[in-house]
Amino acid sequence: MTDVDHGRGRRVLITGLAGTLAGRLALALEADEDVEYVGGVDLTQPSHELSRTEFIRADLRNPLVAKVIESTRVDTIVHLSVTSEPGAVGGRGRMKELNVIGTMQMLAAAQRAPRVRTLVVRSSTAVYGSHYRDPALFREDSHPRAVPRGGYTQDVTEVETYTRAFGRRRQDVDTTILRLANVIGPDVHSTTTRYFSLPVIPTVLGYDPRLQLLQVDDAVQVMHESSKGGHPGVYNVAGPGVIYLSQAARMTGRPTVSIPARLTGPLSNVLRPFSGVDFTSEQLPLLQFGRVGAITRLRNEFDFEPRYSTRAALQQFIDSGRVTPVIDRTRLVGLEARLGDALSRTLKRVT
Amino acid sequence: MSSTTEAQIIRLDSRRRGGEPTATTRRRDRRAAAVPQALFPPTPVFDAAAATDLEHAIRGMLAFIRRRLSGDYPIDDYGFDQDLTEHVIMPLSRPLYQRWWRVRALGIANVPDSGGALLVANHAGTLPFDAVMTKLSVYDEHPSRRHVRELAADLALKAPIIGSLARKTGNTLANADDAVGLLTAGELVGVWPEGFKGISKPYRDRYKLQRFGRGGFVEVAMRAGVSIIPVATIGSEEIYPIVANVRPLARLLGFPYFPVTWQFPLLGPLGLVPLPSKWVIEFGEPIRTDQYGPEAADDPMLVVEITNRVRDTIQQMIYRNLMGRRSIFF
Repeated sequence: MTDVDHGRGRRVLITGLAGTLAGRLALALEADEDVEYVGGVDLTQPSHELSRTEFIRADLRNPLVAKVIESTRVDTIVHLSVTSEPGAVGGRGRMKELNVIGTMQMLAAAQRAPRVRTLVVRSSTAVYGSHYRDPALFREDSHPRAVPRGGYTQDVTEVETYTRAFGRRRQDVDTTILRLANVIGPDVHSTTTRYFSLPVIPTVLGYDPRLQLLQVDDAVQVMHESSKGGHPGVYNVAGPGVIYLSQAARMTGRPTVSIPARLTGPLSNVLRPFSGVDFTSEQLPLLQFGRVGAITRLRNEFDFEPRYSTRAALQQFIDSGRVTPVIDRTRLVGLEARLGDALSRTLKRVT
Repeated sequence: MSSTTEAQIIRLDSRRRGGEPTATTRRRDRRAAAVPQALFPPTPVFDAAAATDLEHAIRGMLAFIRRRLSGDYPIDDYGFDQDLTEHVIMPLSRPLYQRWWRVRALGIANVPDSGGALLVANHAGTLPFDAVMTKLSVYDEHPSRRHVRELAADLALKAPIIGSLARKTGNTLANADDAVGLLTAGELVGVWPEGFKGISKPYRDRYKLQRFGRGGFVEVAMRAGVSIIPVATIGSEEIYPIVANVRPLARLLGFPYFPVTWQFPLLGPLGLVPLPSKWVIEFGEPIRTDQYGPEAADDPMLVVEITNRVRDTIQQMIYRNLMGRRSIFF
């Protein structure tokens, strides 16, 4: 396949192919006639049924990556190999290695590859942190209140720093940084989806944060568009609108339990094996003060309008059957009508 | 006055029992008939119109409960929950507005029917009841029933329960980004530039305006190209008259101030009841900023000048209204 001469079509390499977003993007690229070649790098086998994507088992931290970029002769790299869950990769130390050192090596190799014209890097709105003195809507040029001290936030911040450095050195490359909100969808398995699937949703006592979600189809479409080039810059990507955590919990029909902020850490450590939710101390401010990015730039400069609002994304996730509501909405509507009718009958009798 | 009590009892009973008069109903009918008419004057519990109103109210309440239980209500990007504000918070604060402080709103016509404007008001009263009353005043008295979106202190938004409640009732953090965003979206924004300095000042300094921040509100108005509406609130100073501020205790508890008022902590929990002063909220004539253009926000001299003009206007409005009042409580 690598023998085919550089023709009309684009040649795309995806890192972190085993992830849901990467797999979905590979499927979209396979269906795209303008894409001549799709390659994917990861350590584990991709989970999606891919037909013409070439899977390359490689570690991004290995200098071999330069050979992969060279031999596949790709002109576009979509870097999705940044994980947010230490549990899935075997600990925080390894997660940092894979995220930060992997990105560093990959970008170093890409800088040497003259064919590369487009680079898309997945980041997260987590770079903004979460603080009570934050504005209600983060713009792409907002700076976080507190410098992240560790964890996923620090990883994505460093990944962005390396990416910006790459952009400065290779000004001929369209470098796009996508700051995705929490991605949700029927086929997504993340901390967010596991959290909303818990039988009882834990919240922080006295706090009700605003949340912002991104439907997986919209995420894939934005990445696909970015991979075509011509969208340099940093963009927040999220569904329009926000919901309160309490509102989201009501929508899922699950009861909530309020936990005092001081107890969240110890409790989540005890419950982690049962819940499967990595509720690290990093997530505590998010559950207190929330985090919302402004998507004005995505709409006006990128020219993309997400199909699913934050609310619709959650509703679609619920409707897909991933969460079985304890309190059913149609039954609530029925109950309301019955009570109302009973009331009007009673009132007719007494007048 | 549609029917007598006696007739009602028979009708209800006969319907419940399918119309067949049984031994029990007949006995009860006789007993009812035996009761002297004077004990049960023939006043119906409801007339038809009252019943329709009641049904309307209860059906509205049921719909509200259903919406809350299923998460079926909209909020805006800043977290304003209009459903909760209009159906719970405002009905709860309306008795304070109408009965307790008997607020009189003056010059409400100075608030525009649509489009952005910045309400700038004096701040007093230990707890920010003046902000709650101003919001209710504009919503209840203005023909367009507009919501004032308040710019709140960061410490208020940090506090548990109060912080989320503040966001839900339309508050957002007092910063330029949020304020300009709301104003350009055509919202009415309210700001109390004296901040903690105004709200925590001792009673002897009542109605003396403190420093108006650093004029950030003027920059915001200029950048958004909206008018500033000066607002003077009379009566808010007397709800918890502050005698002293216990700084060590405030520092210990992490509060911006710890007030000793006439009634608190002397009267214990009863001391939390605000005094029923008579309030006036006057909305002054708009001060335009659009003629300067958004670049003027970078001209500190002009910003200071307009800040002082707004401050003086509000101080004059306060003095005028203070002269006009007979006593603190009437």
